[in-house]
Amino acid sequence: MSADAHAAHGHGHDDHGHDDGRDHGSFKSYMTGFVLSVILTAIPFWLVMTGAIENKNWTIAIVVAFAVVQIVVHMVYFLHMNTTSDAGWTMMALIFTIIIVVIALSGSLWVMYHLNVNMMPVHDMRNMP
Amino acid sequence: MSAGEPISFYDLKGEHHPENGTMLGFWLYLMSDCLVFAVLFAMYGVLGGNYAAGPGPKELFELPVVAVNTSMLLFSSITYGFAMLEMMKGRVKSTQMWLGITGLFGLAFLCIELYEFHHMIHEGAGPWRSAFLSSFFTLVGTHGLHVTFGIIWLVTLMVQVARFGLIEANQRRLMCLSMFWHFLDVVWIGVFTFVYLLGVLR
Repeated sequence: MSADAHAAHGHGHDDHGHDDGRDHGSFKSYMTGFVLSVILTAIPFWLVMTGAIENKNWTIAIVVAFAVVQIVVHMVYFLHMNTTSDAGWTMMALIFTIIIVVIALSGSLWVMYHLNVNMMPVHDMRNMP
Repeated sequence: MSAGEPISFYDLKGEHHPENGTMLGFWLYLMSDCLVFAVLFAMYGVLGGNYAAGPGPKELFELPVVAVNTSMLLFSSITYGFAMLEMMKGRVKSTQMWLGITGLFGLAFLCIELYEFHHMIHEGAGPWRSAFLSSFFTLVGTHGLHVTFGIIWLVTLMVQVARFGLIEANQRRLMCLSMFWHFLDVVWIGVFTFVYLLGVLR
């Protein structure tokens, strides 16, 4: 079994789906992704740990922006996302998932925030005896 | 269409179907896993502020520990990338070496996370303390479980590669695990940003 597979691997490479548009990456692309990720991770941690920016809302916005950029970097350089792999079906599945995730997240937060504001009696548990 | 001709409902010849079905199928699994994490993130977003007079993120989270943890996972991502590059060149030994290093980084990540959980529970901040802590332990714990299964899978594949070499089937399996591993790193970006960093800022 194993010998067969070895032989098949040796010369049967051409007819076995390496034209699916899948990119397997190179040393350079992995290193680019890694260096970018380190920078994109270090800056938000530094911002929060030192409190370099006075305004909290600005810090939050910047930290979230860095996370979004880093997710894209990982998708491109580590997961090798592109529009051609598997005839575009990977990208289709990803876009569909992103839409569902956005609906689920924003919907939950929106509904539950208004439920809390409008329905609950206002009290802060920390001030209770 | 004439009456005698058989009617064809399906295009059985499949003019343009993906050659490498496993990878697409595994990608679809990852996307459904993504939905699981999205729901857990939504739950944390809704319940993350309900401390029930217990400790909050500011008292509980130690950012230096989280930073070390994040770097462990990031290092394991790049070393898995190196393993994939060696696999492409057909070098069994160096593939195994990089896989081993990846596993060690993954294990270090798990140990630090377990230390953190143990520390919190020891201080009385277990998942039963408040809705914030329940959702925290569910979200971060689910990610940790994924990493655990990733390591088990990694060790299994190292045994496979040791026994059968880098055959076509093993290459396919390693590519699937590669996607799984990098996907977990992507989820962790969401965790350290939304749970830890924004939690401390809250």
